[in-house]
Amino acid sequence: MNATAVRATAVRPRGIAPVWAGAAVAFLLGSIAIGVAVGPIDLGLEGISSSLGERLRIPGITSSLSRTEESILWEIRMPRVVLAAVVGGMLSLAGATYQGVFRNPLVDPYLLGVAAGAGLGATLAIAYLPDGLRGQALPAAAFVGGALAVFLTYSVGRSTGRGRDTTTLVLAGVTVASFFTALQTFVQQQNADTLQQVYTWILGSIPSSGWSDVVLVLPYVALATVVILVYRRVVDVLSLGDEEAASLGVDVGRVRLILVVAATVGTAAAVAICGLIGFVGIIVPHAIRMVAGVGYRALLPLSVIVGAGFLVLADVIARTALSPAEIPLGIVTAFFGAPFFALVLRTSRGAA
Amino acid sequence: MSAIRLTAVTVTLGGRRVVDQVDLVVEEGAWVAVIGPNGAGKTTLLRAVARLLPFAGSIELDGRATAAMRRSELSRLIAVVPQDPSTPSWMTVGEYVLLGRTPHLGALAKEGRRDLEAVARALERLDLSGFGARPLGTLSGGEKQRVVVARALAQEARIILLDEPTAALDIGHQQQALDLLDVLRAESGLTLVAAMHDLTLAAQYAERMVLLDSGRVVADGVPRDVLTEETIARHYGASIDIVPVDGRVAVIPRRARWLIPDRRVRGDGCDQAWRGER
Repeated sequence: MNATAVRATAVRPRGIAPVWAGAAVAFLLGSIAIGVAVGPIDLGLEGISSSLGERLRIPGITSSLSRTEESILWEIRMPRVVLAAVVGGMLSLAGATYQGVFRNPLVDPYLLGVAAGAGLGATLAIAYLPDGLRGQALPAAAFVGGALAVFLTYSVGRSTGRGRDTTTLVLAGVTVASFFTALQTFVQQQNADTLQQVYTWILGSIPSSGWSDVVLVLPYVALATVVILVYRRVVDVLSLGDEEAASLGVDVGRVRLILVVAATVGTAAAVAICGLIGFVGIIVPHAIRMVAGVGYRALLPLSVIVGAGFLVLADVIARTALSPAEIPLGIVTAFFGAPFFALVLRTSRGAA
Repeated sequence: MSAIRLTAVTVTLGGRRVVDQVDLVVEEGAWVAVIGPNGAGKTTLLRAVARLLPFAGSIELDGRATAAMRRSELSRLIAVVPQDPSTPSWMTVGEYVLLGRTPHLGALAKEGRRDLEAVARALERLDLSGFGARPLGTLSGGEKQRVVVARALAQEARIILLDEPTAALDIGHQQQALDLLDVLRAESGLTLVAAMHDLTLAAQYAERMVLLDSGRVVADGVPRDVLTEETIARHYGASIDIVPVDGRVAVIPRRARWLIPDRRVRGDGCDQAWRGER
């Protein structure tokens, strides 16, 4: 090895520092442990770990839980915790991606109209579909509405700004979102009897519906996550601005489209099942950035892990604070997220 | 062989022809300063060469039209040092210079040893070897400029376009930066094209000057042929003296005494007249 090669190790890009990766993973595992342990029926950490041991076929361990307790753990709590983790990871990853792609720290995954579109789709399904069909069709309607809104945003933004100028795209998003929100509010007013249901959906919640919803969301989220993480180095290049990224050989329009489509598909799937859970996509990436002071290369994977843990914890609060009633998840994320974020803002070294 | 060949290049921005029918051939290894008054189209011309905005006409590098190249291929041939590069304060010098490897990587690849070595070499040549882990936010203006040039070097392109490379630097750092580019050019056969405002400085380094006015090339040649009192007066509206120094020339602005009532001569303190003639 020559001298240059030795020195080359000094310029290696900071990946995820082991200490932050460890902290993030510990946070997620801790959140999951709390998520499965806390509930109206006390399963005990011992019971949970013995059941887990048995499922993992660790020799000599048999579950100390009863049949009912087993099914509470594996058919009710675990899927809900996993769904919260999947959705939380997706929303923060999408938020971080949008912030990088649009070089704007204030944007969230709902920027390009996905929330307004999904809201309209869900409202239409709740208002006009018969009860029997509604459960199945609502996620599909919300997904289609969200995807349609973002597609319109992109078409409008491209036709006026050649798709290069992010301001045009953001304005197109605002325009499309206003239009869909107007339609949604109109439909809602015409069907006042469904107001409660629509409102509940809009404030967001993790359904306790077993593994079926996890199976429904996971493919979209997994695909979106893989695509975004594969492109994470390029997001750092985009943070220099469109023109410099282009001069460094990045096909800015294409890469941005790929990243936005991936983030949007994942977000739309999450929103379709869980409604509009706000705030996660903004505070999680920012909190990580301020504490760890890192570029997108490390921020994106960390967002997935921390966002997952954050939403699992928020969901624990949502279902236990006023048990047996549930607080809408969007309220919890903002109510507990805002003070936490304020604390991070006050104490951080301003790395953002 | 010509490194860059522009044929009837026209750039229209907001309905205005900012670059107008420019024909230009830059030989390989040349050091060309593009000069001209504010708004003459210098920056726009450089951006067109790097295909950062749409243009009419044709631009060829080594005989191949840039319009037909992939973005990454073009960026392996041309590196750009922008006038006001964005330098995110959290990024380290090493990470930033490593971004110069982007065109060699493809969208999905990860940096390998060759890339890290190219970065190490670039840092070494710019005397930045100990800086790899420093965040950009902690650097001075002169250091930042060197880091940006290091990024362009790590790109390993044979042509470097520089937009006002010395505008933000004091005279010591200006000299350092341009000396450095001179050395790099001599060692590696780089082709340098720089838009510059400081005519005297440009005249000391560039072998050739291209004077733009209203988007057209109005003079082209060695500095002492391009920099004449008459051309500068016509295109910059400036009144200057040209002073030869060691075969190069310096541009000295003539102070406009006719604008100011000369109290030392008159001494009467009651003269309010601004004599409006030269």
